[in-house]
Amino acid sequence: MSLAEGAALPVAEPASSRLPLVKRLSAAFKASLPAYLLLLPSLIFLAAFTYGAVGRVIVDALYQRATPRAPSRFVGLDNLAAVLADPAFTGAVVNNLIYAVGTVVPSMALAFLFALALSRTNAVTSALRAALFLPVLIPMVAASALFLFIFLPNVGLLDHYIGRLLPVLPNWLGDPDTALIAIMVITIWKNAGYYMLFFLAGLQAVPEDAMEAAYLDGAGPWQRLRYIILPELKPTFLFVTVIAGLNAVTQVDHVFVMTKGGPSNATNLVLFYIYERAVEHYDVGKASAATLLSLGVLMGLTALSFRTIANREGGP
Amino acid sequence: MNPFKSPIKWLLKDTPLATRNEITPKLGFALVVLFALVWLIPFLWMVVATLRPASDGINAMAELMPNLKPTLDNIRDAWDIGDFPRYFLNTTIICTGILTVQFVTVTLAGFAFARLSFAGKTLIFYLFLLQLMLVPVLLIVPNLTLVAKLGLYDTLTGVMMPFFASAFGTFLMRQAFEAIPTELEDAALIDGAGVFARIRHIYVPLSLPSFSAFAIVSVTSHWNDFLWPLMVINSPDKRPLTIGLSVFTQTAEGTQAWGTIAAGTLIVIAPLLVTFLIFQKRFISSFVTSGIK
Repeated sequence: MSLAEGAALPVAEPASSRLPLVKRLSAAFKASLPAYLLLLPSLIFLAAFTYGAVGRVIVDALYQRATPRAPSRFVGLDNLAAVLADPAFTGAVVNNLIYAVGTVVPSMALAFLFALALSRTNAVTSALRAALFLPVLIPMVAASALFLFIFLPNVGLLDHYIGRLLPVLPNWLGDPDTALIAIMVITIWKNAGYYMLFFLAGLQAVPEDAMEAAYLDGAGPWQRLRYIILPELKPTFLFVTVIAGLNAVTQVDHVFVMTKGGPSNATNLVLFYIYERAVEHYDVGKASAATLLSLGVLMGLTALSFRTIANREGGP
Repeated sequence: MNPFKSPIKWLLKDTPLATRNEITPKLGFALVVLFALVWLIPFLWMVVATLRPASDGINAMAELMPNLKPTLDNIRDAWDIGDFPRYFLNTTIICTGILTVQFVTVTLAGFAFARLSFAGKTLIFYLFLLQLMLVPVLLIVPNLTLVAKLGLYDTLTGVMMPFFASAFGTFLMRQAFEAIPTELEDAALIDGAGVFARIRHIYVPLSLPSFSAFAIVSVTSHWNDFLWPLMVINSPDKRPLTIGLSVFTQTAEGTQAWGTIAAGTLIVIAPLLVTFLIFQKRFISSFVTSGIK
């Protein structure tokens, strides 16, 4: 097996610098061939479903798709302009921004509180961690099925226990003013336990001697939180912000199950808009233009997350 | 301590500031206990509503106090309406199919990055990194076009295919392989073991914790995936659990059969919850390593 032999030997190019360039390149290629063969299966799928997909999005965004009557034609930036002028899209972007801020901030604040309170490892905290983590495991569709009843007007769990205190019972999912908030509540419930894990991991990295020294100097819990823990956890906060931000754009299953973007587009989020354009209106051009815009924004966000990971030397 | 290096062990440790229990004043702890109880309410309702007889009426549906004469009628109804064994089978096929191919692709690529030097290594490494940045969920539209072109629309293979390679898994395995002392491999080399023999007998057995962490994350995420299978699958008999449950919920919602919806949801998530309760620590630590999945 030549693959085995080649990989077994370290890449050595004796006196290669004296050979002509072509020969040197082909020697380098030969020496690298085993590695290339090992990478090939991964690269084929990555090329087809990631790099190729981005290429197809760009091309699709520039074309008007063929109809039974007309062939597909090049329209340049028309799709992009049409998407930006589409009130449904701009509405979805605004909704998504509200949704992102309204889910990222509370779920992170809760996650940090959970991590601080449950940082000791014993039977009680393990049980509490498990309870808070449970929603992370179940499909968003299942969570939505449960929350459909919780938000049911008049008879639902929420109205049954708390709604009675309100002067008027809102139709939580049916009213444009409350539907987006209801969607946010599920998201916070579903994700806070996940972010808690990163804060728990981050708290472990807080140097014990710094805490000890501050304690001996008479610093109270708040001072230690403010001057040691928070600065120490800054990268974790940044990292979780990015993860949570990405989730706010890529998690839309609950919109499908609970509201279908309604009422009157109040819960229409960007990914749901893309899906609707492509699958329900067969408007691949517009869907691709919207995809391209979101990809640009999210790539910046993920690039930031990688810088954070790199700064933390090896991961969260 | 870097959880990437020993994903299982780190959670067993107390965090240093907790050792003196001062940062968690009693009030804060009580607040978190309260939150944990609130967090469990949807699950509690699910169980109580599943076991509640329909004769209690719609107004009793929201009571968290269980009816003392529990019934299994809702579970039977749910079982009759939804084709759950089929949904479970399809989801299991999807998850095992993806995981099996992933094990092969990430092991080979992880080994190449960890142990071989080759021309263009940095460039190819960045290509893999790029995959993580491109947020695969957003690429559903072009990928659906490709899957259709390959003749895989409405097939389980079409659902699986975009996930056969995993940049996250590759990086995880690379890290695990790099931690294995080269002396072990040198010994195998002297015995004349080829690449695949060394991967199989040295690298894979010594990296099982990383493999299991990756398996947990991969299976959980594809078990829960909804949007992509929704786009690829059309036939009712090819629906995975998530699509099956959403169709089931819509059907039962129309008839206000909330006990049945609760039962259907319970059927779908019970296996997950039981697995989690058994392997709790492993699950939790795997999820921490998955921050960049």
